[in-house]
Amino acid sequence: MTRFLLRRLGQSLVLLWLVSVIGFAVLHLAPGGPLSQFTLTPGMTAAQLKLIAHQLGLDRPLPVQYWEWFSRMLVGNWGRSYRDSQPVLLVIGAHIWPTLELMVSSTIIAILLGTWVGVLGAIRRYSLFDYLATVGAMVALSIPTFWFGLVVIYIFSVKLGWLPAGNLYTIGNGSLLDYLHHLIAPSLVLALVTIAIWSRYMRAAMLEVINQDYVRTARAKGLPERMILIRHTIRNALLPMITIAGLQLPTLLSGALVTETVFTWPGMGRLFLDSISYRDYPVIMGVLMFTAVLVLVGNLFADVLYAVADPRIRLD
Amino acid sequence: MTDESFRDASLPGGRILSGVSRRQLLAAGIGAGTAGLILPAGARAQGKPPAHPKGHAIIGFSQEPTVFNPLMPHIEVDQGVHWNLFSPLWSANEKGEFLPQLAMEVPTIANGGISKDGLTWHVKLRPGVKWHDGAPFTADDVKYTFDLINNKKFRAWLRNGFSLMQDIKVISPTEISWKMGKPYAPFASILCWTFMVPQHVLAKASDPNTAPFNNAPVGTGPFMWKERVPGDHITLTANPHFFGTGPYLEEIVFKYIPDLTVMFTQFQTGAIDYIGLQGITADHYKQAKALKDRTIVVGPAPFIESITLNLSKPQFKERAVREALYYAMDNQAIIDQIYYGLPKPSTTILPSQSWAYNPNLPKQVHDPKKAKAILDAAGWKPGAGGVREKNGVQLAFTNSTTAGNHVREEAQQLLQQNWQDIGVKMTIKNMPAAVIWGDYFNLSHYDSVMVGEDFMTGPDPDVTVYFDSNATPAKGGSGQNTMEYNNPEVDKLLLQGATTFDRPVRQKIYWKLAELIRHDLPELPIFQYATIEGTKKGLVGYIPSVYVSCNTWNVNTWYWTS
Repeated sequence: MTRFLLRRLGQSLVLLWLVSVIGFAVLHLAPGGPLSQFTLTPGMTAAQLKLIAHQLGLDRPLPVQYWEWFSRMLVGNWGRSYRDSQPVLLVIGAHIWPTLELMVSSTIIAILLGTWVGVLGAIRRYSLFDYLATVGAMVALSIPTFWFGLVVIYIFSVKLGWLPAGNLYTIGNGSLLDYLHHLIAPSLVLALVTIAIWSRYMRAAMLEVINQDYVRTARAKGLPERMILIRHTIRNALLPMITIAGLQLPTLLSGALVTETVFTWPGMGRLFLDSISYRDYPVIMGVLMFTAVLVLVGNLFADVLYAVADPRIRLD
Repeated sequence: MTDESFRDASLPGGRILSGVSRRQLLAAGIGAGTAGLILPAGARAQGKPPAHPKGHAIIGFSQEPTVFNPLMPHIEVDQGVHWNLFSPLWSANEKGEFLPQLAMEVPTIANGGISKDGLTWHVKLRPGVKWHDGAPFTADDVKYTFDLINNKKFRAWLRNGFSLMQDIKVISPTEISWKMGKPYAPFASILCWTFMVPQHVLAKASDPNTAPFNNAPVGTGPFMWKERVPGDHITLTANPHFFGTGPYLEEIVFKYIPDLTVMFTQFQTGAIDYIGLQGITADHYKQAKALKDRTIVVGPAPFIESITLNLSKPQFKERAVREALYYAMDNQAIIDQIYYGLPKPSTTILPSQSWAYNPNLPKQVHDPKKAKAILDAAGWKPGAGGVREKNGVQLAFTNSTTAGNHVREEAQQLLQQNWQDIGVKMTIKNMPAAVIWGDYFNLSHYDSVMVGEDFMTGPDPDVTVYFDSNATPAKGGSGQNTMEYNNPEVDKLLLQGATTFDRPVRQKIYWKLAELIRHDLPELPIFQYATIEGTKKGLVGYIPSVYVSCNTWNVNTWYWTS
């Protein structure tokens, strides 16, 4: 296991370095820059824009800029945002909690409901329930989150007044109940798509296991169906789901851009989009590296957990 | 995202009324200015403001304010916050009248504050003003602010005029004077938006670019910094020692809602009390008007929407072509059908509210027959595919604007049709804001762009930066004349306008300038922007102004009547 982990660590570091180089190059070489937002300021002159670019160090050769950013990042200085001049790690930290709240709640709902729908659909294959679940999943996957979110706001907030029209909490009221009240709509809208995905994966995994010999043997032995379900089928069907869960880890902290925009949720997805719009290079690179680390950690976590859960797998 | 990532243009146009007779004002067409403001009856202050600050207001913005040092590069919504945290020496109200703030009176040649040659300025400051942390505001802070702007290591926003300052002398805690290297009339307007920053706080930081002050600002404005939740909102509380009017609200919150449709929904449900930049879109106006308990205001903005041409391109070199293109445009259709009739048509470069606005210019007429005749007479004959050509140059060009701006795209399609009807081929080539307003625009790589611009220098009608022939970056100039416009007579008038302090004389100069530019047509103006904003009924005090970038300039006078 140790050799495996060390090897993975080495591979990850090389990958991270590659991501940083490619990301940095693409970002800086793409047309436009952080000064485009000031071009049409009345009275702005080309000379002034040039001076600001120079003060930001943007007129230096790209390798020089990269090395300065990279060497500082290694010692924990991820730079400062061009916009609010706050340290990048602080900016990311401020946006993580809303994202965590939203993603964790929607993922839990999605996993629980998705697993239940998938399992039921598999053991009652081709029944009315299975048929409705399949169609429902297709519809949920096809609906644009943006549209669905707006519809939910329109019905439940504008017309019925049951739920707030977005936001993290009511300003001036930071109670737990208030937070939860605001969490309902975005969480469910986001969960909808994930439920669909999970239920399809779960159903497929279940079907593969149900037709295995050992299940038939267990049934022949006379085990009650319920026991077979819990001890054999679901347990084994969950194995591939671990991998999928591991792949979900990055999204837990990188946020869901569209849902965050529709529900005015100040999370990581919105941070990334705003930073890109304004070409806030330090923050974009920070979020990029952060997400890359999460992807690698998530994959590693999934692999290790898989090996722990499945004795057939050996890591070396 | 349904709208452009960031606004096209920001700052206001203005008018200094001191020293101008009423007759001259009326002659300048002030009436035309206020006609652009449609306020529902009774929207102006009703009832009386409370004796002590009461209640709070949630202000909705569709862009996030992130810059809280007012001297650093920032966008319109940032200024919206600055008006509440900081104070300038004097400011301009919605009529363009200069109002003393930190200064006791606005210096002019008439009152001796400015010497007759325009080179020496002397300002008396208001005594007894305190910073939010209790320290006294003095002339040292003013000198520090000016020096900081001129500090080459400091990432200052704009330096127009400040680079001319010399010999800044603190005469006493309430008196300061300085010399200008040459007379520069727009400087008084520029100082309208130069907010004073505290020396005792900023000088302590090792690097003012990254000082803690930038996220915990201390000013002399009507509201004090309370907290910021990045990406979500900023809260300010009333300043009990504010030297001016108000504030009448206990707390104001600037809420960031990135999507315009979502912001409008939150306005409907009451989650926000005022819907500000970028306001209500034209297609929602009717629905907004029908809302109960909401006051909707259509106000003027200083931006002029135009098709800006790159005069170095062979297609645009002849004035006849530009004139023909202008005749072919159906601007009224754009205004009526795409913008729901809300903005007012414009054929010039200044908003109609500016004191230098020329109301006597020929109107734009949609006359495709005349356009064709002009092109025929100039030798542009229809060639391959019906596209006119002359001497091997096809009358075909691209038009670019911010991608994702659906309203503009519709207008582009309309113009494409208009021009196709006279044998001109226009291709739409849009790109993201960060790309188009970079080198593509600045270094004149474009054929033509559809853009909303405010050509003034602060509230001042000086348009040198945009129309002077030495201001073309693509040719090594330092301004923003990306059109590569070159008219020596215009250059002369620009210089005269910027160095004359006499208002009536300046007005004549800018009228003549407007005539020349209207004749030359380096850009084809379509309309002057209208902003559609609104408040909850009962929240009074809101007044839109073309002399500011953001209409939260007077929140110190807002209060709830119910």
